[in-house]
Amino acid sequence: MKKIISIFVLALVIFSCGKDNDDNLTPAQPQVAVTFKFTHNWDGTTVNSSNLQTEVVTNANGEIMNMTRLRYLVSRFILTNENGDSFNFDGYKFTNLADESTYNFVPENNGIPAGTYSLKFIWGFNELDNIDGAHPDLNSASWNWPAMLGGGYHFLQFDGMYNVNTTPLPYNFHNGTALVSADVFEQNFAQITLPSSLEITNNATIEVKMNIAEFFKNPNTWDLNVLDTSLMPNYDAQKMIQANVQSVFSLGTITQ
Amino acid sequence: MTKLLTYSFLLFCFLLTACSDEGTEEYVNKPTAQPLEIPPLFAQLIINPVIPFDNPQTIEGIALGKKLFFDPILSANNTQACATCHNPQNAFTDSSQFSVGIDGNLGIRNSMPLFNLAWNYDEQFFWDGRSFSLEHQALVPVEDPVEMHNTWETVISRLQQHPEYPNLFSAAFGDGIINKEKATKAIAQFERTLISANSKFDNYLLGLVELSPQETNGLNIFMDEDRGDCFHCHGNPNNPLWTDNMFHNNGLDATITDIGLGAFTGDPADNGKFKSPSLRNLKYTAPFMHDGRFASLDDVINHYSEGLKNSPTIDPLMKKVAQGGVQLTNQDKADLKAFLLSLSDASFVNNPDFRN
Repeated sequence: MKKIISIFVLALVIFSCGKDNDDNLTPAQPQVAVTFKFTHNWDGTTVNSSNLQTEVVTNANGEIMNMTRLRYLVSRFILTNENGDSFNFDGYKFTNLADESTYNFVPENNGIPAGTYSLKFIWGFNELDNIDGAHPDLNSASWNWPAMLGGGYHFLQFDGMYNVNTTPLPYNFHNGTALVSADVFEQNFAQITLPSSLEITNNATIEVKMNIAEFFKNPNTWDLNVLDTSLMPNYDAQKMIQANVQSVFSLGTITQ
Repeated sequence: MTKLLTYSFLLFCFLLTACSDEGTEEYVNKPTAQPLEIPPLFAQLIINPVIPFDNPQTIEGIALGKKLFFDPILSANNTQACATCHNPQNAFTDSSQFSVGIDGNLGIRNSMPLFNLAWNYDEQFFWDGRSFSLEHQALVPVEDPVEMHNTWETVISRLQQHPEYPNLFSAAFGDGIINKEKATKAIAQFERTLISANSKFDNYLLGLVELSPQETNGLNIFMDEDRGDCFHCHGNPNNPLWTDNMFHNNGLDATITDIGLGAFTGDPADNGKFKSPSLRNLKYTAPFMHDGRFASLDDVINHYSEGLKNSPTIDPLMKKVAQGGVQLTNQDKADLKAFLLSLSDASFVNNPDFRN
């Protein structure tokens, strides 16, 4: 009889390995999920996959320009509430303006209590993430930054033509690790902190707006006639893009 | 009694766990799964290949696809197979500028080499990207009037009356009619096995060989935005495909006659754009470009160095178009060429599995 009981107990153990709904403790507050939706504009004119290649715009320095390709990387999204509690979201967001399926970012670990938050994220990758060759999805997109420039990944690839009204010339406005001198590199990511507060009451879609024109505006008025191509190995150009990206993003509407 | 109870209980446990429905299915021809062997470098560096959920790789499917690929039965007059213009020794292209079809007519595009096709993540095939998926691509040449100039009805009828094909189709796809969908699925399965990942440069990345100083310098030119700047479209040591599989106008003509991707999308901004080919196996794939205009790799390098021509849709990555190109020195050109040739894979073109 003892044997039967042993087997029965053993069977209980074997068959009791399913997922129980009560494994997770009941949260103190209901959790809500957030989605980040990136929209893009040039000083208020929407730019998306439909008009990326046709929109003709004027930058702060007065050059008339078009856009062929715009891809960028942001990472380490953090929402911080009024108590100073931070909620970190895994993953990174690689956006290709030609592909609207890349505009939204739904973090995998996704659940925060309702509350009032501020948002910050990293432009590009910080030194913990910007490891050469470490991200197969980005390698597959040939998003790598050359090893001779410090390796890792592009933060931005923005290509097009300027002076399209006179003699069009290419620009390759690319951003990543800065080359100080041969084999000496400087991290070049930017911490983006959006000052507005976000009232999150329910599952929410948070719009983050990118004003592309700001890359050429503030604090450095960009003169494409001087800095148009081969910017990747140019230390000053890299640091100027890093400075200008600070005003590129702002909060849009929250849908919940 | 105790024993009886024990055995009864064990039997009960067995029944509880034996709830799969294997025993209830009728026997049908079931092909044997043969997943792609992903090269270690690919597994480490890039995301998984694209295998359609409705066309898994199987031993029988691959074997059927291989037989079809090499069989002139697909062409109207039984003279041309896929392999006629996609020859294994040429990394599955041919050495002509334009391939000659069964009626002696020339196509307008250079035959594309075939390898690592399952890693074309956007699945846009042909120079102009007009076919989505390898299965759909394989439908086209059979009926193209300047290629095999056949109809699929004729092909299917021939396959049905063939002494071997009906059994091969049953083995690969179960019983049922032979149709063009099954035929192209099989061809696509075979094509996905054409994996090239054993070049000198691959082995360098794996730590098995050293690059020569000339090849090393060539890689530096390739990766230098101030010199070659090849990497924005053609991969880099972290992307062993050596292509972005995207579409660019690379400055071949001032006046564009073949509009390429633009004819497929209908967007004038896409006129003159063609897919970046992989730089693997250049030793075997001349001539080059979508129209095979360059007979040699030197011609290609000279084009990017001083032969660029401006046009409204030229890719801005052709940044020195105003100067005609990136102006490489003769030494840089020679070194770049040495590096590019280190991406060629002799074991791929000599692989007996890929021969008829």
